[in-house]
Amino acid sequence: MAPKRQLRVGKEWMYAGDAEKLLREAMRIQEEEDARHGGHKQSFISKYVFSIDHKWIGIQYGMTALCFLLFGFSLMLLMRLQLGWPGHSFSIMKILGESRAPGGILLPEAYNQLGAMHGTIMVFLAIVPLAVGAFGNYLVPLMIGAPDMAFPRLNMASYWCYLPGGLVMLASFAATGGTAQSGWTSYPPLSDIATEGQTWWLVGMIFLITSSLLGSVNFIVTIIQLRAKGMTWMRLPFFVWAQFVTSFLLLLAFPPLEAAGVLQLMDRVAHTSFFLPSGLVVSGTKLAVAGGGNPLLWQHLFWFLAHPEVYVLILPAMGIIGEIIANNTRKPLWGYKSLVGAVTFLGFMSFVVWAHHMFMTGMGTVISAFFQTTTMIISIPSVIILTALLMSLWGGSIRFNVPMLFALAFLPMFGIGGLTGLPLGLAATDIHLHDTYYVIGHFHYVVAPGTIFAMFAGIYYWFPKITGKKMNEFLGKVHFWGSFVAINGIFMPMFAQGLAGVSRRLYDGGLQYHHAKEIAAATNPFMSMSAWTLLAFQLPFILNFFWSMAFGKKADANFWQATTLEWAATTSPPLGHGNFAVIPVVYRGPYEYSNPEYTEADYLPQHHVIGELPATSGGGMLTAAAVAQREA
Amino acid sequence: MDAHAHAGEHEIEIPYAIYPRPDTGLYNGKLGIWLFLASEVMLFGALFSSYILLRTGSVDWPRGYTFLNIPLATANTFILIASSVTVVLAWANLRLGNLKLGRIFITITIACALLFLMNKGIEYHHEFVEGRSPSTNNFMALYFTLTGLHGLHVIGGVIVFAYFAGPGAKMWHEDRNRYTNRIEIAGLYWHFVDLVWIFLFPTLYLL
Amino acid sequence: MSDHAIIEVPPHSSADEAEHAGVHDPNLHHSPEEIKREVRVYLIVFVALAALTAVTVGSFYALKSYPVSVAIGVALAIALVKGSLVAGYFMHLLSEKKLIYAVLILTVFFFAVLIWGPWLHHNSPFN
Repeated sequence: MAPKRQLRVGKEWMYAGDAEKLLREAMRIQEEEDARHGGHKQSFISKYVFSIDHKWIGIQYGMTALCFLLFGFSLMLLMRLQLGWPGHSFSIMKILGESRAPGGILLPEAYNQLGAMHGTIMVFLAIVPLAVGAFGNYLVPLMIGAPDMAFPRLNMASYWCYLPGGLVMLASFAATGGTAQSGWTSYPPLSDIATEGQTWWLVGMIFLITSSLLGSVNFIVTIIQLRAKGMTWMRLPFFVWAQFVTSFLLLLAFPPLEAAGVLQLMDRVAHTSFFLPSGLVVSGTKLAVAGGGNPLLWQHLFWFLAHPEVYVLILPAMGIIGEIIANNTRKPLWGYKSLVGAVTFLGFMSFVVWAHHMFMTGMGTVISAFFQTTTMIISIPSVIILTALLMSLWGGSIRFNVPMLFALAFLPMFGIGGLTGLPLGLAATDIHLHDTYYVIGHFHYVVAPGTIFAMFAGIYYWFPKITGKKMNEFLGKVHFWGSFVAINGIFMPMFAQGLAGVSRRLYDGGLQYHHAKEIAAATNPFMSMSAWTLLAFQLPFILNFFWSMAFGKKADANFWQATTLEWAATTSPPLGHGNFAVIPVVYRGPYEYSNPEYTEADYLPQHHVIGELPATSGGGMLTAAAVAQREA
Repeated sequence: MDAHAHAGEHEIEIPYAIYPRPDTGLYNGKLGIWLFLASEVMLFGALFSSYILLRTGSVDWPRGYTFLNIPLATANTFILIASSVTVVLAWANLRLGNLKLGRIFITITIACALLFLMNKGIEYHHEFVEGRSPSTNNFMALYFTLTGLHGLHVIGGVIVFAYFAGPGAKMWHEDRNRYTNRIEIAGLYWHFVDLVWIFLFPTLYLL
Repeated sequence: MSDHAIIEVPPHSSADEAEHAGVHDPNLHHSPEEIKREVRVYLIVFVALAALTAVTVGSFYALKSYPVSVAIGVALAIALVKGSLVAGYFMHLLSEKKLIYAVLILTVFFFAVLIWGPWLHHNSPFN
């Protein structure tokens, strides 16, 4: 009979394997020590407002980002009312006030404001903070076996640059003349001469870019320096690789937009002419500026960031999908090395394709050919990643839980989004499709049923870890199926609209143009109804989210029987005490599911020592006894 | 030696914060500052790119040397280079265990930086007096924006160094290596600020 | 063999493994003589930088009659040398780790793309 191992922690004796008790005991001893040092009463402010714990900061990012997601979604819902039934009065439109929607009828200027802010908020205030700030922050240190991020205080500073930036963006709605209304792309000369709200937009962007930069430094240093013993590069979960590449994109691509923002601010506030050409006439009057500027300079600097930015939007999503697929097929991801190579190559290539957003600016054929070539090349790693994820399903023992449903839907949706990008990346077809609804359809497919579905998948998947509770499966399935149908209802017709020549950013959705009015009238109302249906199906999710947090059934620490290190930490790891009672040592890759040599379970966690203690005890938490024995 | 207990704050020990990780040979802050400097290269790079595009696309580009104060700017270049030397001397002295000399050299660095800023102030004032402002033409716009952003970076450096020469020096008594590393990191940032000026000076004043 | 394997576990584990492993930052633990030698190098570099600054200004006056592209070339070349001295010695890049080089090489590549890309778009010699 194996000896019952006991270990002595401080003055107490405990049985090895009793993981929860061990952690509680460690915490109690720590608190005793702190009390001896003159009190460890962490104030509410330092624990929850200016937290330096990556888990709480991740939650802060997540809650804030989800609020912005809902807000950005609402802006679009109002836009779609106008597009579906142009010129109609809606009582809900009256929220915008008399200046923007007199009598409940949206004005064109207000429509532009909604459009510009919908894009800005979704990209910069919702998706990236959720994908990187929330999921990245919470999970990366856990997945690599680190006690926190490399620079916890810098992490806190990142969040506290993001929130003010977001508030500035919201405050811009109160500016004279309304908020930014020159598109999320803020092209000059229009943005240079636009109303006050545009200045607020620029200030907000500077806060957000600063937040991103600080965060990206933190992520890169953390992943390079704080990997636990045995966590080699090729044993990292794909999610971590995705976050790593994403952080490099943020680090090196954002500064040019920061510079551009400064230049546009100077144009607007100091009356410089960085982007204003000579002889510009506005409403019959010549602009009293020095001139000599170049509007295309803005486009270059903007897209130098904004193209890598779209990969910032998709890479973390791919990472999440990878984790969920491996877990719910109970087999390793297919082609791990290809995934790593592809995601790295993708990140690199993303810096040299930006001018495919500028094919219509009068560029010469040679430069155009260069950017078409790089754009075609960059589709290769994307296809490799999608193929690897698809192949991972082959021969798998698939569990159709809610995270997996969203993950499975991601694959064809991202496929459609990616494929529709091809005619946009080729100049000959782009001539016809540029600035039409085809573009809107393309990028929404990648971001909405693409990334946002991955975000939902991630929320359902890690909810038990973060809160210790289960989400309701039935409500989750209602959320999924309703969203899946409705979202396709919104975006699929856009390709037809674009091919027929319906331009973007039209207040009436195309009715004023002979070539567009028929298809606009035929599709816009249906799309708008789909949009409001999509809203309806978010209600079960919101309900589920909050209700489960408060009253959900308890979930054990390794709810999905997963192999990666975040599941080795205790459920809802407490703040301020590191992540693991003992830092784990890693012995194998991240997806050892259904390993034929290991028969005790169909999953073998990365840190588990075979033969010592069963993987499933105590939520898989590494016990001090096991470590001590090894070190003896 | 409890470097982590702060009033109301519970800090976890982060590995490789002070001593390097064996396989990379770096401590966290060193890697962090180089990454940050990489992003700064892209920031100033974007501004230089703007300069190139606007100048090559212009019909008549005013030449800075016809009205800017070259002797003053040359002096500023010497001053900034000198401040780079003093910073590295500060770091050397700290490694030798000499806090007093270290702080003296940091203070000299700050003094050089303030002198640099004062000279820039004189320059700016001269331009305004002569009726030249950012809105005059794109050269002036770039001049003010580039040197202004650079100046903001100088101010940032001054604040950091002032903290470490002053109240932050307490850290030396808690953990010498941690303090020395902080000065090394601040010094790397400062050398970069100097580096940017080395390119800015000929670009704006001589070409 | 007793029923209980007694294992003492300290309540707070030190994360400063590097200290115990005997790995020290070479920058922190040079001998005083090595550091003094470094200081001499710094001062030599300072003199070189000052001299090069004088050369920069001097060449500006000397090249007044030449086309501006020559002046640009010379000024940039000198600036590159000065920058390399600052980076190599003051920022001790010459003795820095491979990882830093990798990050910088990647950055320099994207920097070059950023500098040339927009310009090429508008000034391509091929069109």
